[in-house]
Amino acid sequence: MAVLVQPDTKVICQGITGAFGAVHTKGCHRYGTRMVGGVTPGKGGTKDANGLPIFDSVKQAVEEAAPDATMIFVPPPFAGDAILEAADAGIRLICAITEGVPVQDMVRVRAVLDEMNNARRLAGHAPIVLVGPNCPGVITPGPKTGSGASGDDPYTRGGCKIGIMPGYIHTHRSEAKCTTGKAVGIVSRSGTLTYEAVWQTSNLGLAQSTCIGIGGDPVRGLDHVGCLELFENDPDTDGILMIGEIGGSDEEAAASYIKANVKKPVAAFIAGRTAPPGKRMGHAGAIISGGEGTAESKIDALRSAGCTIAETPGDMGQAMMAAMGLS
Amino acid sequence: MKIHEHQARDLLASFGVPVPPAHLCTNAQDAARLYKEITDQAGTDLVVVKAQVHAGGRGKAGFVKLVRSADEATEAATFMLTNRMVSNQTGPEGLPVSKLLMAAGVDIAHEYYLAITTDRATRQNVLIASAEGGVDIEEVAEHNPKAILKTPLHPLLGLQPHQARETAFRLGLKGKQVNQAVKTMTALAKCFLAKDCSIAEINPLVLTPPTDAHPDGQILAIDAKFNFDDNALFRHPDLQALFDPAEENPAELRAASHGLTYIALDGNIGCLVNGAGLAMATMDTIKHHGGEPANFLDVGGSASEQAVTEAFNIILSDERVQGILVNIFGGIMDCAVIAQGIVNAAKTYKNNDGSTGFQVPLVVRLEGTNVEAGREILKQASASLPTLQAATDLSDGARKVTVAI
Repeated sequence: MAVLVQPDTKVICQGITGAFGAVHTKGCHRYGTRMVGGVTPGKGGTKDANGLPIFDSVKQAVEEAAPDATMIFVPPPFAGDAILEAADAGIRLICAITEGVPVQDMVRVRAVLDEMNNARRLAGHAPIVLVGPNCPGVITPGPKTGSGASGDDPYTRGGCKIGIMPGYIHTHRSEAKCTTGKAVGIVSRSGTLTYEAVWQTSNLGLAQSTCIGIGGDPVRGLDHVGCLELFENDPDTDGILMIGEIGGSDEEAAASYIKANVKKPVAAFIAGRTAPPGKRMGHAGAIISGGEGTAESKIDALRSAGCTIAETPGDMGQAMMAAMGLS
Repeated sequence: MKIHEHQARDLLASFGVPVPPAHLCTNAQDAARLYKEITDQAGTDLVVVKAQVHAGGRGKAGFVKLVRSADEATEAATFMLTNRMVSNQTGPEGLPVSKLLMAAGVDIAHEYYLAITTDRATRQNVLIASAEGGVDIEEVAEHNPKAILKTPLHPLLGLQPHQARETAFRLGLKGKQVNQAVKTMTALAKCFLAKDCSIAEINPLVLTPPTDAHPDGQILAIDAKFNFDDNALFRHPDLQALFDPAEENPAELRAASHGLTYIALDGNIGCLVNGAGLAMATMDTIKHHGGEPANFLDVGGSASEQAVTEAFNIILSDERVQGILVNIFGGIMDCAVIAQGIVNAAKTYKNNDGSTGFQVPLVVRLEGTNVEAGREILKQASASLPTLQAATDLSDGARKVTVAI
């Protein structure tokens, strides 16, 4: 099953003709994602280098290509509008990869999205899910069946990658390298730390059900708690690896949620133990201020919720194994 | 981005927040004249002279002084403009001071705290107010949380007048004080939203004692602190113009101009990493193995070979650096670009003794996109990289670099 994205999820790229959008549309296409087109206003009616149709608007893309999900690469000043355009067109899953979106733009976007989702819930519709911004995206890995050298010979025919992560480091449960027969869900605020966690778990013989990069910004879409809920309810996920970092109180909220609701084994790592207070550590969200958001408070909360803590990032895979009783 | 107190004061005034008369002083010879102008305007003989630096601890360092005559003003200005300010936030070498704010002294009946920031937990902007202003608000938050009033701002409407009124009443304000406070709060909220602030704080906001002209007293902003969302500066050229490079670490500025995020720390192991989370985690791992990171450096996802080469120059410009750990997990980042950047840096880096190349141990851990090509580039250039060790994973890299130095 996996969560958020499945092998048959149809995806478009907003900003498909920009430098990053083009590179990563190609990457997703070659991985085996069902890319069905992209949007660049003013270039509708043309095709991209992969032969995918380009539309002027998301609405037009929805009418003609019926995507389930979008990945957004438009530049920061326009990213908030791109998210709302996708939501307005009714796209169920919006992955905003763009880094550097103004915080106040996201405050307004969240307010509009929350209101839309309240109305959808009342009408009995599933909510629109935003992942990001400033995130690597979402991947449900598939078993390697091809070279990945072109869209005609994709890396897999059973997976879906939306975003910028390297596909080949992931493992599907059916592959020989998955010696444990178990699959874990991974959720992280940091892109490269997610890759690190995927790589370590793959090396230890674990597969990944779905990996979600929720992004490093202070105001974003899906948070740790939302992902924990998805993984807890997913029959294809045997354990959960959660990667947090300093700043905010998302990890503390996750700890409370785990204590009350999560039965599956959870391992956790918090980055930034050695970060000095008051310094923004690259991510807009990663800053310790007023004694809030320290690594220690997050680690204590997660430990007391029963999570296995990885003391260093090199131990993330081992901590997951230990939490699942596999080591 | 932060700005100076006098800039914050001007910004507040431009949104209609009342502030006491003040002038900026950059030359001690002007202090006596400015003292007279301010005291004539304000009808008081008391003036506060404050050094304009971002670092805190000014009062204890002697860089905030109350003066009651033109001579005292000149003396205070001369002292501050010719001495370096040393406080617990500046480091032992201190900071030079080139600008002073001279503001009319105000009689104080009560001090309040007022701020707006974005509450990450609720994803909303929030007005924070307290009748216990003037002191460290974090201490109030810890010891008497009930003394802190929090009001969420509507995401589209901002702070509404009825919310500001409610807050004013709960702060214990009466009569004409209420509307003055409402005006200040709504102005602060407008300023916060219009300028994409991450924090806009007035501390203290004071109430003056009653006078004939103001029987209910006056509400005035005495000190203000702003921090702006760096992601939004592109739409605020007026704020960009307020940026003071003298307040920033030169190496951090140099890094930023190449699209790198660099933060200097106190240790001796330089780090070059892609991604903020992995960079923090790399620092944590070095510390776990008994080493001390010399910096946080995130090359980002789209660094060029030149940016990587420049990253080495910046890391090595810190003379305390005795070893370098490169930790790359390529997603967007192509390992070959990193590898070529390392080789180029080694071939061009000039040591103090005139020789070329890295003299300190270099440990490189490469993984991810195009990793085979990256490893091959390093192998081909091994003659230029005599101190290079390859690491198989993050812990291995941290162990090797701490052992090597």
